[in-house]
Amino acid sequence: MVDALRVIQDDGSTDPRLDPKLPEADAVRMYRGMMLQRILDNRMLALQRQGRIGFYGPSLGQEAAIIGAAMAMSPDDWIVPQYREPGAALVRGMPLTELLCQLMGNARDPVHGRQMPCHYVYRKGNYLSISSPVGTQLPHAVGIGWAMKLRGDRAAALVFFGDGATSTSDFHAAMNFAGVFRTPTVFLCNNNQWAISVPVARQTASATLAEKAQAYGFDGVRVDGMDALAVYGATREAAEAARSGRGPTLVEALTYRLGPHSSSDDPSRYRDEAEVARWRARDPIARFRRYLEQAGWWDEAREARLEQEIGDEITRAVQETERIPPPPVESLFTDVYADVPARLREQQDALTASLRR
Amino acid sequence: MPAMTMVQAINNALREEMRRDDRVVVLGEDVGRNGGVFRCTEGLIDEFPERVFDTPLSEGGIIGTSIGMALYGLRPVPEIQFLDFIYSGFDQIVSEAAKMRYRSGGQFTVPMTIRTPYGGGIRGGHYHSQSSEAYFCHTAGLKVVTPSTPLEAKGLLTSSIRDPDPVMFLEPKKLYRAFREEVPEGEVTVPIGQAAVRRAGKDVTLIAYGSMAQVCQEAATKAAEKGVEAEVIDVRTLVPLDEPALLASVKKTGRVVIVNEAPRTGSYGGEISAILAEKAIEYLRGPIVRVSGFDTPFPYTLEDVYMPNADRVLAAIDRVMAF
Ligand SMILES: Cc1ncc(C[n+]2csc(CCOP(=O)(O)OP(=O)(O)O)c2C)c(N)n1
Ligand SMILES: [Mg+2]
Repeated sequence: MVDALRVIQDDGSTDPRLDPKLPEADAVRMYRGMMLQRILDNRMLALQRQGRIGFYGPSLGQEAAIIGAAMAMSPDDWIVPQYREPGAALVRGMPLTELLCQLMGNARDPVHGRQMPCHYVYRKGNYLSISSPVGTQLPHAVGIGWAMKLRGDRAAALVFFGDGATSTSDFHAAMNFAGVFRTPTVFLCNNNQWAISVPVARQTASATLAEKAQAYGFDGVRVDGMDALAVYGATREAAEAARSGRGPTLVEALTYRLGPHSSSDDPSRYRDEAEVARWRARDPIARFRRYLEQAGWWDEAREARLEQEIGDEITRAVQETERIPPPPVESLFTDVYADVPARLREQQDALTASLRR
Repeated sequence: MPAMTMVQAINNALREEMRRDDRVVVLGEDVGRNGGVFRCTEGLIDEFPERVFDTPLSEGGIIGTSIGMALYGLRPVPEIQFLDFIYSGFDQIVSEAAKMRYRSGGQFTVPMTIRTPYGGGIRGGHYHSQSSEAYFCHTAGLKVVTPSTPLEAKGLLTSSIRDPDPVMFLEPKKLYRAFREEVPEGEVTVPIGQAAVRRAGKDVTLIAYGSMAQVCQEAATKAAEKGVEAEVIDVRTLVPLDEPALLASVKKTGRVVIVNEAPRTGSYGGEISAILAEKAIEYLRGPIVRVSGFDTPFPYTLEDVYMPNADRVLAAIDRVMAF
């Protein structure tokens, strides 16, 4: 922890040398983004337990590392997610109802109920489609950045991934290509200490993940991932370097998965509640709130109003989306290719006929 | 005799083989403290702390190092958390494990059993549901085994671990906890390469494996109500295939329905169909009919529409009976 970059102190004051000096509106927007993700997570976990959605993977504890990074990027930049970053999609403007339709897999789900919950996509916000296999997105982000460079576009690609993902062969391939071709890529590793039940010490014998960048010929920085301003500052700097031709950066955000891996997981089987409590004491949202209060931008009344507003927004979105029926059977057969080939059409016709019987 | 789910039977087989043979090693993601995400390795780390390993998140690493252990004389049983995640280890399976015996003239061999859950039925969408056994059946040098009952899961896994060649042990996750069966403690083996007749019948042969074996039994029960006596054959071992059992049944019934949940094109049911057409055409009284998944990725919400069920098998039975 000692060597990680930190901006917001425990009491809410900031390190003047590192403070990105956000204007009030942006700081409040950052807080709102984190609160939205937190409240959404708790509500969705509850819906899952009631059987109203099939599955959910919360980001509890990682709000700063997700929202801070997403907000550091410009609209022309791309965001390449792992799966734990719905908050980043919302930052990019994805409507909450659309996100909920994905979770429900209904007829207005942008991916037509084809994917499990939490596999979001939002093209309008340059937010890439998600796949479950861990790490596969990493080379995509390098290719996207490479293409930006080839096209002469001043933009960068931000890729989210976990500590577990650093063990994949795709991580090596991506880091290596990024170094060799000096692509405008920001590697944002959410080191939340766990990959389901496997601790980060089982992913690597390196002292840090950030230091891996050196071996690939570029910089790695380690930031306090429970500090939204630290993540924001480091990501913004990395993105700026990327856009101006100075190549990739690895940002390791030290954070913690406060909740279960997913609604299917029971962390009490493999980790100590005392460890969780230690990290909970460093809650990124509480810390950011103290910073807002220190700046004179926040108080109890505004907090209550925000919670109410987000709660209502989610309630309305849930009510609206739960009324939507499942996707039609045709949706099984479209988007496999640009056109439905004859053989697939035949399968579709046979199915439709049998369902009519 | 305890009644076990398939998960418990697999756990029991692993435990007994680890007790019997200290060369057996279990490795994979979350297989230690967590006991596997489906709990197949539950408690093994307590009894065998030196032989059960939580690994880094790398299927290529898990399979590649398992091959190395096997080359050196151990009997690794790597777990791949879902078959859908095996592909970063695919090169190791196809280029290395499968070819080691052949390319070294038998000097080196890979007695490794890759255990992995496959198939639909848990609302897992594209990446927790696929039935991609055909890729492995297509690769010479691999054995491909898939049980459909707890007892046979124990027997087939035990045989796989003892087998001198690499085995893909595909566990139909839909059946992990679907029902219990009496499974004796102590040695149980089921030979690799033998199909099982699940139900005898004279009118039509239903051929399936994994979770579709159960679907076919359901369909056969319904067909019997309509006076059609279906014989159900559970292939159990895809490679090597028990051709004599299939041919004997087809020669008796003259009608065949083959059921697999994989997408239709290139699925293993097609191979079975070709064998029957080559070797038993003179006995056939109608076309060989296949029931399968569609040539699309596996869906989430419409999973039940995608997966073959008893009604779709019954419709196929009607078709061959009416021919
Ligand atoms: C290639 C692959 N192997 C295994 C899995 C199963 N799995 C899903 S998430 C996960 C852990 C990922 O850990 P990490 O990259 O640290 O991300 P986190 O879940 O902590 O955000 C595993 C093993 C998978 N999805 N893909
Ligand atoms: Mg992690």
